[in-house]
Amino acid sequence: MRVLLRNPRRELELAGPVTVAKLLGQLELNRESVLVVRGDTLVPGDAVLSDDDVVEIRPVISGGAA
Amino acid sequence: MKCTVCRGPAVIDLRRHNANFCADHLVRFCRDQVAKAIDNHDMLAPGERVLVAVSGGKDSLALWDLLLELGYDAEGMTIGLGIGEYSEASTAAAVAFADERGLALHRVDLRGEYGYDIPTAAAVTRRVPCSSCGMSKRHLIDKAALDGGFDVVATGHNLDDEAAVLLGNVLHWQTEYLGRQLPVLPARDGFPRKVKPLVRLGERETAAYCVLRGIDYIVDECPMAEGNRHLRYKEALNGIEAGSPGTKHAFYFEFLDKAAGLFTPEAAESRADLRPCASCGAPTTGDVCAFCRLVERVADAEPVPVELVRRGGRGRGRRRVAAGRGDR
Repeated sequence: MRVLLRNPRRELELAGPVTVAKLLGQLELNRESVLVVRGDTLVPGDAVLSDDDVVEIRPVISGGAA
Repeated sequence: MKCTVCRGPAVIDLRRHNANFCADHLVRFCRDQVAKAIDNHDMLAPGERVLVAVSGGKDSLALWDLLLELGYDAEGMTIGLGIGEYSEASTAAAVAFADERGLALHRVDLRGEYGYDIPTAAAVTRRVPCSSCGMSKRHLIDKAALDGGFDVVATGHNLDDEAAVLLGNVLHWQTEYLGRQLPVLPARDGFPRKVKPLVRLGERETAAYCVLRGIDYIVDECPMAEGNRHLRYKEALNGIEAGSPGTKHAFYFEFLDKAAGLFTPEAAESRADLRPCASCGAPTTGDVCAFCRLVERVADAEPVPVELVRRGGRGRGRRRVAAGRGDR
């Protein structure tokens, strides 16, 4: 599967099947800090991603709250 | 995973609420939480004109959309900060949101109207960029609200923002800031009323709301905020939240219930000697307000590119701003 990451923008090619929760664990990402987006919707933690999937792991933390 | 409400397929789990939601019920959940915040804290009254501070990010666009969905008369205001491509993309997101819905968006451009931008202000003042950025935004939003006859300013501060600011203010015991870290700041002394209708929503929830509502917001982080203290506090809180869901909510709302009132006299005292700025008339504790002093200071400065002042760049030796944060 193709995984798009941000800040910095980069792309990873990873093997499926794998659950979203496990994928985030492998990438050492906190589930509180990201959303997983596939197409125009979200993918929950227990969803299984396959080799054909393209997902974006979108950070949700913003820091300009001055 | 099934939606807690309708048992259809869920798209998100919210552990702090012990709930999962499908797209429709997540959107409804966000509306309910905003309506509850507005009601609980008497933020807005029917018929009031609301000016929404719009950055083009997830929180401000979600806020504008939610207020309109709840039936409020809400116009937007966005400020061109001059932070390179980031500011261009932010403004474009705000303009696209307004244009697609036929909404009024008031625009101010720092460079065009006041002769400076945030990278240049940061370089000239030798302070972190968030300092002049926050001060400029607060001043110009207040001015736009008062000049435009708006009843209230709504900002997109969410639960994560408030919990992170609270953590910073507590760690450094910024008691004056603690006394005014409230969801509603009443109008007074030339300041418009300000409200934070997103205080019951985390930023994962506002981001999810935007994705599910098809709101195209700027996802990339401000290049000048990278690695700042506020982000580090958020990461620390999210680390705690992962093991103890609901911690951020309890931290902030228990503070409001049990402690905020202890600090309000000190906050009020610090505001006792406000007077009109000799240059623009805005309330200030000195003769000339911080905004007018900044405009004068940067008037003759050559524009400085973002790359030269972004965090980790040449500006590492900049002076540090006060650890805490207030809202005005």
